[in-house]
Amino acid sequence: MIDLQGVSRTYGAHAAVRDVSLRIPKGSVVALIGPSGSGKTTLLRLLDLLERPTAGRYLFDGVDTGGSEQQRLAIRRRIAMVFQKPVPLATTVGGNVAAGLRYRKVPKEEIRARMAAALAMVGLSGLADRDAATLSGGEMQRVALARALVTEPEVLLMDEPTANLDPENTTLIEEVVRRVNRTQGITIVLSTHDMGQGQRLADTLALIMQGRVHQSGRAQDLFSYPGTPEAARFMGFENLLEGSVVEKQDDLTVIDIGPRRITAVSDAGVGEGVTACIRAEDLTLLSARSTQGSARNTLAGTITRIALHGSFARVTVDTGFPVTALITRRSAEEMEFRVGQPICVTFKATAVHVIRRADHSPPAAG
Amino acid sequence: MNEILEGLVQAVHLIVTLNPEVIEISVRTLEISLLSTAIATIVSVPVGGLIHFREFRGKRVIVTLIQTLYSLPTVIAGLFVFLLISRAGPFGFLRLLFTPAGMVLAQSLLILPIMAGLTLTALSGVDRSKRDTIISLGATETQTVLSLIHEARFAILGAVVLGFGRAISEVGAAMMIGGNIRGFTRVLTTAIALETSMGNISLSLALGIILLAIALAVNLIVMLVQQERVPHD
Repeated sequence: MIDLQGVSRTYGAHAAVRDVSLRIPKGSVVALIGPSGSGKTTLLRLLDLLERPTAGRYLFDGVDTGGSEQQRLAIRRRIAMVFQKPVPLATTVGGNVAAGLRYRKVPKEEIRARMAAALAMVGLSGLADRDAATLSGGEMQRVALARALVTEPEVLLMDEPTANLDPENTTLIEEVVRRVNRTQGITIVLSTHDMGQGQRLADTLALIMQGRVHQSGRAQDLFSYPGTPEAARFMGFENLLEGSVVEKQDDLTVIDIGPRRITAVSDAGVGEGVTACIRAEDLTLLSARSTQGSARNTLAGTITRIALHGSFARVTVDTGFPVTALITRRSAEEMEFRVGQPICVTFKATAVHVIRRADHSPPAAG
Repeated sequence: MNEILEGLVQAVHLIVTLNPEVIEISVRTLEISLLSTAIATIVSVPVGGLIHFREFRGKRVIVTLIQTLYSLPTVIAGLFVFLLISRAGPFGFLRLLFTPAGMVLAQSLLILPIMAGLTLTALSGVDRSKRDTIISLGATETQTVLSLIHEARFAILGAVVLGFGRAISEVGAAMMIGGNIRGFTRVLTTAIALETSMGNISLSLALGIILLAIALAVNLIVMLVQQERVPHD
């Protein structure tokens, strides 16, 4: 459906999108994830034909989009976009939803019916006559979704569709998105900095960093096997430990990390430089007195910091290098953790994701 | 002091008794200025919209030129139109000199720049993301300009009111092109100038009060329209 071939967009000296090649099949849901300022919005604007690439080609359904404004308008009318901060046009809610149909010169009665159906889909029936300027943020986001979907687009683009929304509105919007994808086969490209949302909605994730597609693939693969330390950090691996392989037993790999050694599962060879990535939630804390658990790795250390986050506690332990574990607040309280206390950190060899340094030579410079 | 007070009393008397000459001058003034404003609106709003929307070479020069002409002296506008429509001028055959139609032409040209310029400013004031939203929703170029004008309608209404204010209050072009002919091209401003110089203070004051009242009424109407925030469309 969408085929980007080496697309770049620069503004003066600043390259917002660099040499992006991306194929998005019809009917799929793709999430662009990445830190803010990484080029996700510019990429979506390019896909919506609001911007022209400064280099490369963009094929939509096999048709080159680099033609005249007239040709681009015809393609743009098959695409809809929900912006990060949707703005109401100065009219009623109904007038907002109907705008795209009026531009397409759809007959009046049909506009009325489709407008009502679109409002019902986002759960805002009966709001058609309200002044759009009086809507709350969540309501406006839903109106923007209705305004986009009413045109029956083949591709729906959404820029951070649920940033700053309450959980209820977020759930509603995600449900509508899932439904239109399943029932109408609409191809969806959304940007998000919420990994969870990416996993819930998308079958493919594309990690965007500094204007490039850093890594793309199935959500689960990206989540479990990030290809670079930067990707790992973005995917929520809190513990990134630099080291080198010193010993191998089949898959079991012993990695020397400064003063300690840990065991991981990887295909890296002896002598190779690696980054060991461990999620905070995969670390278990045992009181220093207790007997060793079943996990392969046990590191003794002292607690240096305890930070409470709702029902969780983030405990940082100095084991020669700092590691952070995420445990439930209740267990932190039951075990009476306090700063300065000696403690053991344990984790399984399979909990360590090893990134070989040779694997992440950055993508060829553009 | 006495003279002024006496003049005021007489002025009120002239207005309250609907003095035929006062009424006749006021009605003509309104007709000419409203027509000028209407013509200037029809030209300047789309022109402002196009200049705002299109990117072209010399755009900045044109915008600067328009802004310079905000303060176009009324006598210069008068002189320019005089040269165009006097007997010897290129449009002399139209016989527009010393007619209300000629005055409408002069006033339209006078207020065109300020109205086009303020339309540009009004459109620049529309959030950039609204333009993106409108384009993304599949609007053609014309539909985009019209939608943006719709978004900026209150600010553009302000431009129209300002244009009307400049048209109704100017003397220079009205005098040079109209000639202040009694019962034909005499308007409030030219009448005030003449009657004051002839010592008819009370008549001048009466006409002045009416001029101010018209300005007040127009502003009140605009305020009412702007308060009714969202009209259905």
